[in-house]
Amino acid sequence: MSTITPETQIDSGHNDDPSSNYLTSSSGFMSWAFTLDHKRIGVMYLVGIFAAFFLGGVLALLLRLHLMVPNGLFGDWVSLDSYNQLFTLHGAVMTFLFIIPSIPAALGNFVLPLMVGAKDVAFPRMNLASFHLWVFGAIFFLIALVTTGLDTGWTFYTPYSIETQTNVVAATIGAFILGFSSIFTGLNFIVTVNTMRPPGMTWFKMPLFMWAIYATAIIQILATPVLGITLLLLMGERILGIGIFDPSMGGDPVLFQHFFWFYSHPAVYIMILPAMGIISELMSVYSRKPIFGYTFIAYSSIAIALLGFLVWGHHMFVSGQSPMSAVIFSGLTFSVSIPSAIKVFNWTATMYKGNINLATPMCYALSFLFLFTIGGLTGLFLGALATDVHLHDTYFVVAHFHYVMMGGTVIAFVGGLYHWWPKMFGVMYNETFGRLFCAVVFFGFNLTFLPQFVMGSRGMPRRYATYVEEYQIYHVLSTIGALTLGIGMVGAIAVLVISLFKGRKAPANPWGAATLEWTCTSPPPYYNFEHAPHVDSPYDYSDLKYDARIGGYVKDPNAPKKSSSDHH
Amino acid sequence: MLSILADTMFFPPERSTVAGSVDGLFDFIYYLSLFFFVLIIGFMIYFVLKYYQRDGHTEAPSPSHNETLEITWSVIPSILVGVIFFFGFTEYLNMREAPENAYEIQVVASKWNWVFKYPNGAESGDLHIPVDRDVKFLLQSQDVLHSFYIPAFRIKMDCVPQRYTWTWVRATHTTGSGLDESSHEPLRLFCAEYCGQQHSIMHRKVFVHETADFDQWVEKAANILENNTPEEAGKILFGRKGCAQCHSVDGDNSAKYPGPPLNGQWGTERQVTPRGSSSPITVTMDENYVRQSIRQPNSEIVVGRKPGMTVFTPQLLKDEEITAIIAYLKSIK
Repeated sequence: MSTITPETQIDSGHNDDPSSNYLTSSSGFMSWAFTLDHKRIGVMYLVGIFAAFFLGGVLALLLRLHLMVPNGLFGDWVSLDSYNQLFTLHGAVMTFLFIIPSIPAALGNFVLPLMVGAKDVAFPRMNLASFHLWVFGAIFFLIALVTTGLDTGWTFYTPYSIETQTNVVAATIGAFILGFSSIFTGLNFIVTVNTMRPPGMTWFKMPLFMWAIYATAIIQILATPVLGITLLLLMGERILGIGIFDPSMGGDPVLFQHFFWFYSHPAVYIMILPAMGIISELMSVYSRKPIFGYTFIAYSSIAIALLGFLVWGHHMFVSGQSPMSAVIFSGLTFSVSIPSAIKVFNWTATMYKGNINLATPMCYALSFLFLFTIGGLTGLFLGALATDVHLHDTYFVVAHFHYVMMGGTVIAFVGGLYHWWPKMFGVMYNETFGRLFCAVVFFGFNLTFLPQFVMGSRGMPRRYATYVEEYQIYHVLSTIGALTLGIGMVGAIAVLVISLFKGRKAPANPWGAATLEWTCTSPPPYYNFEHAPHVDSPYDYSDLKYDARIGGYVKDPNAPKKSSSDHH
Repeated sequence: MLSILADTMFFPPERSTVAGSVDGLFDFIYYLSLFFFVLIIGFMIYFVLKYYQRDGHTEAPSPSHNETLEITWSVIPSILVGVIFFFGFTEYLNMREAPENAYEIQVVASKWNWVFKYPNGAESGDLHIPVDRDVKFLLQSQDVLHSFYIPAFRIKMDCVPQRYTWTWVRATHTTGSGLDESSHEPLRLFCAEYCGQQHSIMHRKVFVHETADFDQWVEKAANILENNTPEEAGKILFGRKGCAQCHSVDGDNSAKYPGPPLNGQWGTERQVTPRGSSSPITVTMDENYVRQSIRQPNSEIVVGRKPGMTVFTPQLLKDEEITAIIAYLKSIK
């Protein structure tokens, strides 16, 4: 859709003053709420997503505090019922409102069009609709929260979700709408990447973040409709009694699990693939080295996206599915572990002979490598059938997916946010405090979730409001860790927020990155680029030189001409 | 040192024949993971320490890809996960396939209760099994999903409504000796699939007995008539023999129950239609009426009801059991 010209955009009121940027080109509530500018939509997503993250985080801390003692720290104030609502809302808010949209909708929206040197995404109105749908979906979730409270777990397993008195329908309407938000974003990115790349940017000259977003978008548009259909059927079951999942009417509750995980396992890759894309960028930029094994990383993103569709049955090894299907799903599950392993090896190798700048984003990238490696390796215990039978639905699983989702995606998201923050808002943050809170997050995270591996393998089931005393020590450690993690996260966000008021002005390219978003000013002007930028290899830093006067990198006019061959 | 740590830290005690091999596979994956973790993080730390940005240090050229290396580190992990996959599924197939002639216990899960039914008719709320004998659990659920999980045995299987699932175990250690439960250190049985409000208190004890003790226990548990007052025994039988499925004991006269309610009925009169007759007659609910209604339920049908009750022959319900049920019916108001 390169036919979109500035005239077709209906954003009103922006000025074309060359000294203004996208933040200052127009003002007022309407200029944000109905903007078609991908950058403003990205910023609004960022605010909304962090609000959801804060809410989910507060719920998580309440859960952890409750679990300090076997029968609940708060006594009657948190009953069995309210605990069940707490963990459900924590999971549902974090999954549907925070982590699925997090990187693609916030950072992807902001960065992707800049990376292709374009003025906007392919369908700016659809992009805005995606955000509005997210807001409506979030409102439905909050309605479920403040009315009767949802207590099914974020998985909505039947037949419990059919008979519970809580407001399942409001929550499923919310998730249904959020699904469309996700589809709109994915469709936009696919079309943008396919049609709007500038001359010279072949598929294998795309930044790896683009590959990751592209792979994610494929999953978003192929898998999310299945969730929508499943949730519609669940609503039909509750309202009309259609009998597809209800065993008392001849339905099959295990069928729901198949439908649900057919979306929700690929959704795990919607969450982690963009994070992997961010890490590929960070590892290369902060090591001042081209990414090692570009082609393998790019293909592994696509491999993960496709193989991710074939492994949903590994959530159901003890559901009563036939041993044959369990064996097949287990084998396929191991196949998806290889592309992830390749990425980890390649990221590590990228640092070889580099000049490693331990700026805050790189600290997050190194944390990611540590935590994601643990998250990935503990997946082997769950993919293997015999050990999964014991570990299934215990805290081992809880710890595993938090290492991947939070230690992976959230850490990469925060790292990416620190990386692109100067570009987004034109300010530099305090590096010392940035690193300090990264360390607090890293320590708190491990203290929270390492004990959960131990108590899970010792048999502590998940989703328990009360527990037997032998597990208390692990719960206490985990709660202390969670409080530390909470402080670290609040601190990390505070460092960024404070920089908005006190940070020094950011140069166009503070990190010396070679992708196109760093060639426009910080923050970018309304139209992103005055002239279509020249496309070079995204990971060749040889012609960038640090200029101490502006505190950033500039093109070195004396640099030897880059070789025109592929960089890999 | 690490292996001691791994054994004592990660597991509840091994109390079944499969537990050892499950833990063996766990340990194998654990050491393999530890090796790769140390390798990756070791390189990461080494590179950071050696190549961090400082005065006088610059990046040096190195190849940005190396196909031999990359194929190597794709193929070796593939082989290793293949090995894990193989051991994982062979052991799993063993866990899913109950040996022939296993002692069969029916497990009925409901919100939020476990009932264990033994072949001789005994029932219990905690699980009792014999040591060194294959025991098959036939799992059912009466309402929502539950999951039958005994960590010390390393077994778990979901209980799915309207469907049978099963798992089995051969326990290797007793939890104590004798029938006195206080002389045992029972194992734990958890519900592992979220099932609503009281999910987290749906856990029970597991007693593993010597064979002789178990035989004695299960015999005693089956003879509820001797071990209870007639009223209590009648109440247990009323639930266990399925009477409660069709007859309410709280006055519910709705179509939910095919049979008439039975509480507060003792000694009252009712209209019944004898078989082959069209005009109803009046009878009093007394011992002989109840006995006849159980042994020959279709001989007289309460007006407004349809014939359909199971004919309880003496094989299905002994005379003494009828006596107990009569005592129970007298007691419910």
